[in-house]
Formats: sequence, C-alpha cells, structure tokens
Amino acid sequence: MALELRNVTKRVGAIEHIKDTSLLLEPGHFNVLLGATGSGKTSLIKLMAGLDPMASGQVLMEGEDVSQLSTQKRNISLVHQFFINYPHMTVYDNIASPLKVAGMAKSEIEDRVAEAAKILQLEPMLQRRPHELSGGQQQRCALARAIAKESRAVFLDEPLANLDYKLREELRDQLPELFAGRGAVVVYATSEPEEALLLGGKTALMRDGHVTQFGPTAEIYRNPENLDAARVFSDPPINTATVIKEGTTARLGSRVSWQLSGDAAGLSDGPYSIAIRPYHVLPTASPKASVRLAGQVQVTELSGSESSAHFDLGLGKTSGSELHANWVSLSAGVHPYEIGEMHDFYMDPSACYFFAPDGSRAA
Amino acid sequence: MKTENQKAWFFVLPVLVLVAFNALIPMMTVVNYSVQETFGDNVFFWQGLDWFEQILRSERFHAALGRQFLFTFLILIIEVPLGIIIALSMPRKGFWVPVCLVTMALPMLIPWNVVGAMWNIFTLPDIGLLGYFLNHVLGISYDMTQNPLAAWVTIVTMDVWHWTSLVVLLSYAGLVSIPDAYYQAAKIDGASNWAVFRFIQLPKMKTVLTIAILLRFMDSFNIYTEPFVLTGGGPGNSTTLLSIDLVKIALGQFDLGPAAAMSLIYFAITLLVSWLFYTLMTKDDLN
Repeated sequence: MALELRNVTKRVGAIEHIKDTSLLLEPGHFNVLLGATGSGKTSLIKLMAGLDPMASGQVLMEGEDVSQLSTQKRNISLVHQFFINYPHMTVYDNIASPLKVAGMAKSEIEDRVAEAAKILQLEPMLQRRPHELSGGQQQRCALARAIAKESRAVFLDEPLANLDYKLREELRDQLPELFAGRGAVVVYATSEPEEALLLGGKTALMRDGHVTQFGPTAEIYRNPENLDAARVFSDPPINTATVIKEGTTARLGSRVSWQLSGDAAGLSDGPYSIAIRPYHVLPTASPKASVRLAGQVQVTELSGSESSAHFDLGLGKTSGSELHANWVSLSAGVHPYEIGEMHDFYMDPSACYFFAPDGSRAA
Repeated sequence: MKTENQKAWFFVLPVLVLVAFNALIPMMTVVNYSVQETFGDNVFFWQGLDWFEQILRSERFHAALGRQFLFTFLILIIEVPLGIIIALSMPRKGFWVPVCLVTMALPMLIPWNVVGAMWNIFTLPDIGLLGYFLNHVLGISYDMTQNPLAAWVTIVTMDVWHWTSLVVLLSYAGLVSIPDAYYQAAKIDGASNWAVFRFIQLPKMKTVLTIAILLRFMDSFNIYTEPFVLTGGGPGNSTTLLSIDLVKIALGQFDLGPAAAMSLIYFAITLLVSWLFYTLMTKDDLN
C-alpha cells in the first residue's frame, strides 16, 4: 500500500490553498506533515481523505486512482485534534462503528475491538460513554477506532495538540509502535518540529500550501534544501547572515572573512545567505572552529550540560551605518559569560549552509 | 456543623402561591362541579363519582375519544417525519437560511381561528380556490360540509399546514448544532446517508424531537378553535373531537357536572400519555 499525490491543487474561490503538490507516502514509518498553522496540513489531509474536492491532480492508493472515489469508499481513518467520538454510543460501539457499517460478522468485530482496546488500554471503559472519559482516554478511543478498522491509510491531524504535556509524551512514545507492522500509510500532521524528530520516519515540510522539502526527517535536518527547511529543526534558532563571495573568499561584513573550500568554493560570485547551527559557533577555537567572530554577549542560558550565549555580532560599517546580526552559540559544558562583555566566538566554516538570494540551497 | 431549619419553605412559597392561583384553585372548582349536581343559585347536591361513571360508560364519550386519538395519531405520523425531512433538506448556511426560516415560521404566526376561517373558505366547493379546483377542474367530488372523509382530510391537512413548521424549526435547531467533524467522522467510517441520519442526526435531534412530539401531542389532543371554526364538529358528529364535545355538553346542554367530570378525565388522559411518552424517551439518558 502506498498513497501517492500527483500534482494536487486545491482552490477556494480565487485562492490556491494547496499549490501543485506531489508526494509518495509509504507504509512502515510515519509520514509527518510539518508546518505552521495555516500552512495547509489539514487541507492536504482532507484532499487525501476525499473530504474536500481537488481543483486538479490525482490521489492514488496502491497505484489505483481514487480521486473520484467518495470518502466512504476509500477505506481510511482520521483522528482529529478534537476528540471525535459518537457521544451517544459506548466506547465499544464507537470502536466498532466502522466495522458495523462495513457489515462485518459480529464475532470478528468483537475480536478486533478487543484487540484495539487492549493495545490502547481501554478495556475497563468499553461500556462507558465518551463524556465519562478523560481527554486522553477519549483520544485513545478515537485511535482505537482507527486501529480496529485496519484501514489502508490513517490520518492523524495533530492528535496530541489538545492533550496535556504528560499524556502527550506518553501517547507520542506509543504511537509509532501502535501502527508498526499494520501496513497502513500513516500521515501525521503537526506544527511542532520536535514531534517530527521524535517520531522519526519521513517529513514533508509545508509552507503556504506547498511542500518545501520531503524526505527522511534526519536527512532534512542534515541537508536542508532551502533556508526555511534549515530554520525548522533548530532550537535555539539557526544563525543567519548575508555574505559576499569573491573568488574563494567569503566576506561577512567588513571584519570577518574566510577561505572557501568544497562546494561553496565553486559558486559564482555574489551575495549569499548563510545559515549555521548554534553548536557550530563555539566560545573556544579548535582546528575546525577556526573563524573568529567578536560579539557582545546579551543573554546567556546555562543548563547543567550546555551553555548558550546570544550575542550581537557587529558586522562593521556599510555605507555609513553599523550592521548587526543576532547570533547564538551553543557549547557543551558550562561557560562563564558576562552580559555586555565582548567575547570571541569561533565558527566552523565547513558547517555553513549557503543559500541563493531566492532561499534555495546553493552549497 | 449544619443546623436544620425550615427557612427554605419561604423561598418556595411564591411559586406555590402562583401555582395555586393559576392552576390548583381553578382546577378545584372543576373538581367541585364534578362531584355535585347544581341547578344554579349556588345550590349543590352531592353526587359522588356518578358523573365520572356516566362519562366513562358513555358511547358518545368513547366515540369522541376515539376520534381524538385518531386525529392526534394522524397528525403526528405525518408532521413528525415530514418536519424532519424538511429540516434535513433546508440549507445550513448562506443566503437562503433566513428565507427558509421565516417562510417556515409564517403559518405558526397566524391566529388559530383565522387558520380555521382561511381553510373553510379555501375549501368551499363553489367559491374556495381549492374546493372549486377539486370539484370543477379535476372533477373530484369534495365537500367537507357533506362528506365525513373530506372533512377529516381537511382538518388533518390544515393542522399539518399550521404546525409542521414547529417540528421543522425544532429539528433544524438540533441539526445545526452538530459539528462538521461528526459528519466527517461518519464519512470516514464509510457510513451511508441513512447511517448518518440514524446514528448521528437522529440521536442529536432526540431531545428537541421529544419536545416537539410532546408539544404537538398536547396541542393536537386539546385542539378546539381550528376544527370548531372549520367544520363545527360536522358533518354529523364525524369531526366532533373531545374538546368540541366538551363545550357542547358544558355550554350547549349546560350539564356542568358531567362536563366537569369529562374535563378531569380529559386532563388525566393528556397528562398520563405525556408523562408516559416523556419517561420512555428520556429513560436512557437517566442511566
């Protein structure tokens, strides 16, 4: 089973909610749709589920075009951010509802409900109504329905967003295991980068109604294809600045420059955006972290295992006015910083991502 | 430590007084008439339960009660499904919502005796729009002043016209309170339209439908003005419903004792049926 989108678009009036999107989603791992609120995650899920009409494009399941197939016939499951259960039915009947609708034999329904209830620890609550359950239990009931149905595709639309912190962690740890080995394509929408990293699998980054990068989550982290992708998984935020490339030299403001090597050296001359993760900007020099930057320390955060310093990197005067960049250094151990003091930081130039002015990855 | 006292009764007192003056005291005068015989001048003779026995054994009462149940049954069996169907087919959002709602509410705004008069004129064979059309254009013999079946068709149609809107508006209120997410969930479960109605819409409408049926039961069971204006209980006694018969006994024949006994029996039946229906419908929710 694979779920494929081919050049899918969605319009509401003159506004394009989903722009030309193609994705191949496979079972065996989570497919995370990651993006801010309003980036089109739910819209995309609704298209895949057939709840909203597409303006153009195709949705394929197991190679078969299901674009014209109604939601009822697609054999899918959807778990919402809000805990959607039928309020007048017991937990048992809620889990059994899609199976009953499908006309399954009673004994098989009982087996499947029992299995799903066991996995989600709902056995003591089968005869209760949803309003008698806690939020976490209600959401587990909704998940049990999706599992019992054994559908071809499971859409989880921010399923943990309305749960409290502890339940969220608990359920998030269980989720990959719940769907492992079931053969269904699991699509998980979230606005939290950390969730995508924790869930593993593949991630599709979404922004303004289109997918900006899709691939194994770790691969996106290591190899962002654009400036947005580089920013997504960075906490504290990734450091960015504009550099001018001339020959094999990169100039950051008027004071800092370094010799380029590798792919970056082959770029044509001109302005580029660079991005470098905070842990490649260190308070002490090393063979790799060799480019010295001087900055005024503004905020420091010390935890037991690492120190971060936000500093104001003076870039020197350009056409009369002083340019600044706010950067962060993240280093292991505890470093004593004085707020307001000038401090030297050392960056590893080989860890710099280069982006062309339009935001696409250059090197 | 809580001390027990009886102060709470003072808070209940205003309600008790109000209920006493608008319900209990008027009703007690009826009870008073129902167990005595009077020839006026405030002179009474004790009769015990004679009037009740007389009414309960009376063929005339049985016939009127039978007609009353038939009438109520007919209008409920038509108005409730029809009201639900209309509510289901009304738009949920957009320009047409207020148009539909106002159109639906219009019949209910017309005074009851006007409704009776309207339908009377509307169905007259020679001058009424409907009556003329049926008799002279379609050639169907239709005269509710002569034909009992025509009279029944007319009063039932009139009530359906007048009161289906109530069922529609209450059902509609129940329907629009269902969030889209439930419809989505049902679609994803693979539910057919019928299953959506049976397992989502109907349960959500249950409370308002219970109220709608209860109101329609009580109103139709106590109906007086419209059939009185429309048919006056005729032809013969064919549309003499309980309330029309009651007025005939009380004011036509001035048999106050039997009329009072009949009122109480009438009231007890309405109360009993309403109570049974409401208890059955809400039984599940209490558990």
